[in-house]
Amino acid sequence: MPNLLEVRDLKTQFFTSSGTVRAVDGISYDVEEGETVALVGESGCGKSVSALSILRLIPNPPGRIVGGSVRFMGQNLLDLNDEGIRHVRGRQISMVFQEPMTSLNPVLTIGLQLTEMMELHLGLNNEEATRKAAEYLDMVGIADSKRRLKQYPHHLSGGMRQRVMIAMALCCEPRLIIADEPTTALDVTIQAQILEVMKDLSQRLGVALIIITHNLGVVARYADRVNVMYAGKIIERGNARDIYKNPRHPYTLGLLHSVPRMDLPRKEKLDPIDGQPPDLTKLPEGCAFRVRCRYEVEKCGVEVPHLESIGTGHLSACWQKNDLHNAAAGVSS
Amino acid sequence: MAVSEITVEEVAAERNEPSHRRALRDWICRKPLGAAGAFVVLFFIFLAAVAELITVYDPVANSFESMHVPPGAAHWFGTDQFGRDILTRIIFGARTALLVGFLASVVGSTLGLVLGVTSAYFGGRFDLIFQRIMDVFMSFPLIIMALAVVSIFGTGIQNVILAITIPFIPRCARVVRSSALAVREIPYVDAARTLGFVHTRIILRHMVPNVMAPYLIMLTTFMGQAILLEASLSYLGLGVQEPTPAWGLMLQGGAEEYAESAPWIPIFPGLAITTAVFAFNLFGDALRDTLDPRLRSE
Repeated sequence: MPNLLEVRDLKTQFFTSSGTVRAVDGISYDVEEGETVALVGESGCGKSVSALSILRLIPNPPGRIVGGSVRFMGQNLLDLNDEGIRHVRGRQISMVFQEPMTSLNPVLTIGLQLTEMMELHLGLNNEEATRKAAEYLDMVGIADSKRRLKQYPHHLSGGMRQRVMIAMALCCEPRLIIADEPTTALDVTIQAQILEVMKDLSQRLGVALIIITHNLGVVARYADRVNVMYAGKIIERGNARDIYKNPRHPYTLGLLHSVPRMDLPRKEKLDPIDGQPPDLTKLPEGCAFRVRCRYEVEKCGVEVPHLESIGTGHLSACWQKNDLHNAAAGVSS
Repeated sequence: MAVSEITVEEVAAERNEPSHRRALRDWICRKPLGAAGAFVVLFFIFLAAVAELITVYDPVANSFESMHVPPGAAHWFGTDQFGRDILTRIIFGARTALLVGFLASVVGSTLGLVLGVTSAYFGGRFDLIFQRIMDVFMSFPLIIMALAVVSIFGTGIQNVILAITIPFIPRCARVVRSSALAVREIPYVDAARTLGFVHTRIILRHMVPNVMAPYLIMLTTFMGQAILLEASLSYLGLGVQEPTPAWGLMLQGGAEEYAESAPWIPIFPGLAITTAVFAFNLFGDALRDTLDPRLRSE
């Protein structure tokens, strides 16, 4: 299947008074048509920035995309002019944000916010747009959609607002939806519902999905392929099953160890990753994870490991990737 | 929020009256001074609107038989040095004052609103340069700026309006910008950008409605100020010209020569100016308290 999105060696940096922040430091990944890809990592690892870079929404100054390419349906989005990228935003690629409470404009009705973009991108008149808006609200599971269209965001609960955001993301029939921590601000029972809606609709409508999250549970259940990010780089990639059953990077391993598991015998304590994520203005020599890593060898401080294949579609950027096998067995047993 | 709304509606339904009427009554009870201000403002608007119908004298015709008549049954507020009825001129003067007040403040603060939001939206270098230009305008006191504009374009009511509008723009832009800066950081602005909207649409449709509170407050404050400025300019002979009835002009004609011999000539127009400005300020303050949730005490 052809790739819908090809990100190649994307580099986004922020030029601040305390130095250059290398937020995204040369990442490459692909998204196929209709596929769900996850970007996983802890806060500040560059997941959101990499997503915003695709739509060129990095605030400039201080941020700037300094290198690489983002090919979407064969076209490099970084080469488009302002007019060109505007026709991609919302129409071809849309986004669902983390904060449903603040991502909708409090002074405009739900209906207006939905119809506005359909009138703009699809050239519908108000009547058609309103009818379609109601259809999409039904589709994302909002009952009594006609009445909801006339309501303001404060009439809706957080989960409902996130459903509205999903309806907004879907209503212009885009090819790709980027969901930036779509469930982080919601409570746990709603999280699953929202993810179900997203997964279900993306499959039904054939929309590809990039889910950005730090929640490994989300990844396990909903993603086809997983990219684990650390300090602005992708350090492991594979299908969801491989990442879980056979992690080949100490960071991924650490992440899996630090999540309570219902399917394993109860341990006394969780086993978190020591230390803090590195300061992105002054990354250490060699591997960025080195200082927190339990498997560090001499080579790690000298040379940056690159993503290398360790099996079908499974890549890891670690010098010890083959020796991690035994350690990983402990998790998956 | 939803709960309190429902209860308000239910109570209103019980009393068999529409909820907005009840809300208005609540507001009057909570802000009696503001309501009084609003009432006086409405009263002046009413006077200005029906000036011809409620006055018997001609506001501009001289009448040399009845000069310096003290307040009495025929002339409630007396007559001036040209024998014109002062009450009549105050009523017609309200028309001038409100016309200048409304036009100058609405145009001035609306331009300021759009410019302020635009400045905050684009931010960065554009904001920096734009705000320095506003600083230059703000470095002139209101009255000096207005004087400069009138001396360039000449007197007359349009130029007075222009002269008062121009110094209002940067003042409103500054206040609105500070609110818009906060709005700019709320994700729905970025969300609007991810949906592919053009800048003008995001500014006018998505950001402007969110800074209505400071805008309305500036607007009402400016109305009082505009009336005062118009009176000042007229008093200085740079505003509205005789024989058009205007409060500042009446004050100027009467204050120097007749302060002792015929005090009613300056006193009544002075009272009119004071009352109007005071009313606008009271109303504006109450409006600010109502619209600014941080000052709301419930």
